[in-house]
Amino acid sequence: MNELLEILAELHEDVDFSTAEAIFDNKIIDSFDVVTIIAEVHDRFDVAISAEYIIPENFNSAKALWALIEKLIKE
Amino acid sequence: MLFTSYEFIGFLLVLFTSYYLIPKKHQWKLLLAFSYLFYFIAGPVYLLYIAATTATIFFFARKIDNFTLRQKEYDKKFYKTIIKSKKWRLLFLALLINLGILAVSKYTNFAIANANSLLRAVGSESQFGLRNIIVPLGISFYTFQALSYLFDVYRGTISAERNFFRFALFVSFFPQLIQGPISRFGDLKKTLFSGHSFDSKQISSGLQRILWGFFKKLVIADRIAAGVSEIIREPDLYGGAYVFVGMLFFALELYADFTGGIDITIGVAEVLGIKVAENFRRPYFSKSIKEFWKRWHISMGAWFTDYVFYPVTVSKPMLRLSKWSRRNLGQALGKRVPIYLSSFIVWFLTGLWHGASWNFIVWGLANWTVIMVSQELEPLYNRFHKSFPALKGKLSFKFFQILRTFTLMCFIRSFNCYRDVPITFKMWGTMVTERNVRILWDGSLLGLGLSLADFIILGFGVLLIVWVSLKQRKGPVREYLSTKPYWVKFVLWYGLFLMVLIFGAYGVGYDASQFIYNQF
Repeated sequence: MNELLEILAELHEDVDFSTAEAIFDNKIIDSFDVVTIIAEVHDRFDVAISAEYIIPENFNSAKALWALIEKLIKE
Repeated sequence: MLFTSYEFIGFLLVLFTSYYLIPKKHQWKLLLAFSYLFYFIAGPVYLLYIAATTATIFFFARKIDNFTLRQKEYDKKFYKTIIKSKKWRLLFLALLINLGILAVSKYTNFAIANANSLLRAVGSESQFGLRNIIVPLGISFYTFQALSYLFDVYRGTISAERNFFRFALFVSFFPQLIQGPISRFGDLKKTLFSGHSFDSKQISSGLQRILWGFFKKLVIADRIAAGVSEIIREPDLYGGAYVFVGMLFFALELYADFTGGIDITIGVAEVLGIKVAENFRRPYFSKSIKEFWKRWHISMGAWFTDYVFYPVTVSKPMLRLSKWSRRNLGQALGKRVPIYLSSFIVWFLTGLWHGASWNFIVWGLANWTVIMVSQELEPLYNRFHKSFPALKGKLSFKFFQILRTFTLMCFIRSFNCYRDVPITFKMWGTMVTERNVRILWDGSLLGLGLSLADFIILGFGVLLIVWVSLKQRKGPVREYLSTKPYWVKFVLWYGLFLMVLIFGAYGVGYDASQFIYNQF
């Protein structure tokens, strides 16, 4: 989780991603950020997040994103 | 049948009346019949095209969904390898058929013209003849809407519709058939198929929205269209400051025309109790081009983001490219390379989607260039704002950003106006070389097919649009007006109705007042 928070913090230093909610719905992260996150996650966790997973429920908070990563690792 | 024609108003009256007279469970069937009638009137042969798209996508989406529904029955590994590849093949086939129909009908002559240019360039005298191909009205819109359904079913975000006729209504729903918005099945189905009771408040709100659309389209867009076409038709006559005037005119025409049309679409749907998503959010108040594209033609931008940008950027080859570029070009630039490449593809396709010409492709790539340059300059902007922190919140700075974005969009959009790309660049050049700024005040603008009365009406229209846009920031204007006393509402809405009737530009060669007189 901490490593994911590091990735997110690199994108927007001014946002506290450990508590932030609805970051996708409220456009705190945009489409460029989403694909940057996916590339970083692929690099660091060796997990490929395909396009079908890019939905608000998975990207609205660091917690939701971490849950997705854990799910994909298990698969 | 134009949205602004008398036939359309008659069509709506018959539909609205019968819609609320029949049992609620049959309302969507009536809508389907009227949607096909609407498209039949536009061109009987178009029905074949839309029926082909509807049937093929319905069939393939159902096949794909059957696999998804039986996922639990399969072994995990078997599903991930064999079944997923079967689903992919079905998706590919559906895409091939439907993008094939779109490509052949819309782009064949463009391809032939380019092949001919190429042949000429290599000195060959043989040329291909252009084909007489039918381009069904709104094919880009309904194809994309149907494809969004196919992709969503493939991804498993929605289940496939089991009733063919309900799906046929989703593809052909007439208010949005010819100019969008490009709705998603998951959103539209919530209100499209359910029964709706007569709700006078909702109907009145829908009619007000239609009237506002008519005002924008007939009083503003169709009026200023004469000035735009005069300037772009004769580029040799209208250089220098005229180019700037043409850009401003076109910005207004396009805004009033497109948003006016969408107002009519959303208003018609509202009268029927159906919720169609907004397609614009005060785009001319955007502070960057990137922001502009989140506020202008929202449904198209979202379509390209969801179904092209994301899948391309997170595809395995792109992730590999990302790794390679970070290793070889450094972390900062390496990260951005795949994103810029995917964006390039998206903007190329966005341009091509708008029309089969190099003007649109160059227009798309000009948008891409500005967005990418802004992205690259972001660290510089951040340093600037750190040095001048007080500036960021200032109204004057926001105004500067809005003006800068609007001006950039005007320049980019001029690719869509002039005959070809070289002329557009030439006309930009005349803005520097021709010293004719005086035309802005010496009365020359009255020679563009617009009278002083036209300019006064347009000026009033612009002020009204700006007022409505500013008010919208705090909530829907119609809701705000509904709290006003009855006589205020009556004067406002009846006044707007009279303005459309008296000041609407009813086609070339007609004088608005005479036209009205003849009708009464």
